[in-house]
Amino acid sequence: MIVTSGLTLFSIGLGAAAILGVASKLLYVKEDPRIGLIEDSLPGANCGGCGYPGCSGAAAAIVAGKAPASVCIVSDAETAAVVAGIMGQEVIEREPELAVRDCSGGTRAEDAFHYEGALDCRAAHLLYGGSKTCPEGCLGLGSCVRACPFNAIHMGPAGLPVIDPDECKACGNCVDACPRGVITVSGMSARLLHLNQTTDCLAPCRQKCPAQINIPKYIEQIKAGDYDGAVMTIKERNPLLVTCGRVCPRPCETECRRQYVDETVGINMLKRFVADRELRSGTHLPVACAKDTGKKVAVVGGGPAGLSCAYFLRRLGHSPTIFDAMPALGGQTRYGIPEYRLPKADLDWEIQGILDLGIDARLNTSFGKDFTLETLKADGFETIFLGIGAWQASGMYAEGEDLDGVMGGIEFLTAHALGQKPETGDKVIVVGGGNTAIDAARTCVRLGAEVTLMYRRTRNEMPADMEEIVGAEDEGVKFKFLAAPARVIGDENGRATHLEYYEMELGEPDDSGRRRPVKKEGSEARMEASLIIPAIGQKPDLGCLYDDGEGECPLETTRWQTIVADPDTFQTAIPGVFTAGDVYTGPDLVISAIGDGRKAARSMHYFMTQDHVPVPETTQKGMIPYTLFKEIGQVERKKRAVLPHLCHGDERNCTFNEVEGSLSEAEARAEADRCLRCGLVCYDRDADAPTDRIENANT
Amino acid sequence: MQEYFLLFIGAMFVNNIVLAQYLGNCPFIGTSKETSVAVGMGGAVVFVAVMATAITWLVQRHVLVPFGLGYLQTLAFILVIASLVQFVEMFLKKMVPPLYKSLGIFLPLITTNCAVMGIALICQREEFGLFESTMFAFASGLGFMLALVLLAGVRERLAVRRLPMAMRGTPIGLIMAGLMSLAFFAFKGMI
Repeated sequence: MIVTSGLTLFSIGLGAAAILGVASKLLYVKEDPRIGLIEDSLPGANCGGCGYPGCSGAAAAIVAGKAPASVCIVSDAETAAVVAGIMGQEVIEREPELAVRDCSGGTRAEDAFHYEGALDCRAAHLLYGGSKTCPEGCLGLGSCVRACPFNAIHMGPAGLPVIDPDECKACGNCVDACPRGVITVSGMSARLLHLNQTTDCLAPCRQKCPAQINIPKYIEQIKAGDYDGAVMTIKERNPLLVTCGRVCPRPCETECRRQYVDETVGINMLKRFVADRELRSGTHLPVACAKDTGKKVAVVGGGPAGLSCAYFLRRLGHSPTIFDAMPALGGQTRYGIPEYRLPKADLDWEIQGILDLGIDARLNTSFGKDFTLETLKADGFETIFLGIGAWQASGMYAEGEDLDGVMGGIEFLTAHALGQKPETGDKVIVVGGGNTAIDAARTCVRLGAEVTLMYRRTRNEMPADMEEIVGAEDEGVKFKFLAAPARVIGDENGRATHLEYYEMELGEPDDSGRRRPVKKEGSEARMEASLIIPAIGQKPDLGCLYDDGEGECPLETTRWQTIVADPDTFQTAIPGVFTAGDVYTGPDLVISAIGDGRKAARSMHYFMTQDHVPVPETTQKGMIPYTLFKEIGQVERKKRAVLPHLCHGDERNCTFNEVEGSLSEAEARAEADRCLRCGLVCYDRDADAPTDRIENANT
Repeated sequence: MQEYFLLFIGAMFVNNIVLAQYLGNCPFIGTSKETSVAVGMGGAVVFVAVMATAITWLVQRHVLVPFGLGYLQTLAFILVIASLVQFVEMFLKKMVPPLYKSLGIFLPLITTNCAVMGIALICQREEFGLFESTMFAFASGLGFMLALVLLAGVRERLAVRRLPMAMRGTPIGLIMAGLMSLAFFAFKGMI
């Protein structure tokens, strides 16, 4: 029996051994010795952040060519170099990424989340996801802190997660742990390419800004004394901050919630403060650019849209060349905005900073004459941006406007900027109510003329900035409201001498919401003029797009002489040709051109690097309705800062020296302190303000 | 047909090999920290359990019983299962390396996984035929996998919860396993 038992077990064992022996031959795995070497070089954290099951999995993936030598998110560049050495590869520099928290809520917000159960964001979100007013805001329970394997996150004093950039490995665990999408992992390129999403925490000012600047962030940085940080925050969306700090009409401030307490925060003053600080330092703060892609891009037009487009393309690693018909870059910011508002030297400094990133500029080169879309493509430019602006002045549609002594507003300003010294004579009539009209009027004042600005509506309906209107009044510009030109009267030499005009009265509101001016019959009167400047409007000059002789434009255009393009991607009817700025929108704000220039650059980047241009469904286009509330309680009133005037009297009226100055550091810090740190629906109220003081302030 | 269906449901839910029979607790606790690993481990157990049960059934019926060596059942079964696990290890290393890497030490642990051994022995005790045994092993393996994945899902969520230091990891895992076991008792009324 013992023998039988032994033999049986032996036989079974022998059979199994034989089968295993055969299997070991068939299933033998010859392991690459490099796997072991690489695994020894890796830190052994087994965090899974690389996407492979542990370091051995990552090592096998590297050897199999499925992962780069830099796949490990924990180790440094030195380790990547060692691994690459084992593999006989060259280390490819990876754009650094960091976790970014983008919620400006805080525990003092009215809708702070109160949950007394398990202290976990996901539990809170699952249980009470709908009860918090803000659909996106940080719950502040710290799940991200516990999820971080590198101790790179802690909860700050405001109940919001604070990320330590030195420790963050961009593993994404915090992103996975956050149920509200408050934290993202991104690198510079991803941030530049990001369009505002309705799921982002967008304060009203940030929603309204055409360039999508993270306004609350840079104000917060100014408040903390981090002025360089504020400059870099602005430069992630706007390379022309010195310019915008002076000329932006501040659409953001129209939505500032602070206006329901006292006055809006001086957002643009703060931008100018940090921009001027960099300007006065004489040194451009270093701006990072992605690794060169070697892709050539043509940017036609060196105005704000073109400069913005070229700047962002360069930062994304491409090689843009700007073509401009004028002798210097800047477009309407140089030739349409007078020196006293934007000194040319400051503009030059700012543009040079953009060019220094590695952007070529070819001046005095006209599109349609010196080069065409076809020649650009033949020269190897993979995509083309058309930002040729709106340089053609609209007429008054009045008899006699082609006489000598009648000169369009933009033509007059351009001629002056080019140093051509246009003759103004003693009496100038400027027709129009926009900023161009005001600029022309104030320029003529400085040239020694007596200026009357004629506008067909009242002062309240003028589209120009109120500061500009007040500035013009201060400098002696006379206003003739409710008057519209009827015809230009000239002398025997064909030179304009008088402008005949109608008196007007306001009727029903038109499409723009302004009351429509109606002519008073029999009210004709005349006004003497040595120069008449119609500044009614501008439109693009699209003659450059037409082929000689054929009379056909390769691009679709509108009846307002603008180019038709996809409103999301800015791509025209010709694949690879993009547009933005005034030639696409018609005359618009500098900041709109800058914002659209970036969006076009984004589309061009995607066009060159992948098959399609992604536009997420949640992309923010208009104001988010539930963020627009007007009840702001318990906020202490604080006086808004006022920009100092740099020159007065004759010095102001007879020279083109800059009129407005910048805030002092103390004023800027105080103004930044007025910001309510708005989120989507919350704001940082002054809860500590004594009630009696608030009541006193309100009375 | 109904008989087979009841056998399948009974093996998977009512007499769940880990939550009702309390076999295989070591890999149950050890590999239930991540759902992906739990799925891999579960799949490996299903495969080994089915193979082991079929082979041990043949050994029992055609070697041990004819020679009157039924008392060698445990030894013979261990030998067969251990060899089979070695084979599975070689197979996974060759064919599914990521799963092999992620299972790590727990793959050899199947050798000593009393769930696999238990399934083979239960089949003999209940005197199932080859087909019934194979199906029972498959259902029991699925039951093990189900319990493993469920516990992994719970433990993944527990990993980011604020727990007393002493309760973190295996202690709270064991408590959860106990609670799941109680919950599975509700299936007793199914059959």
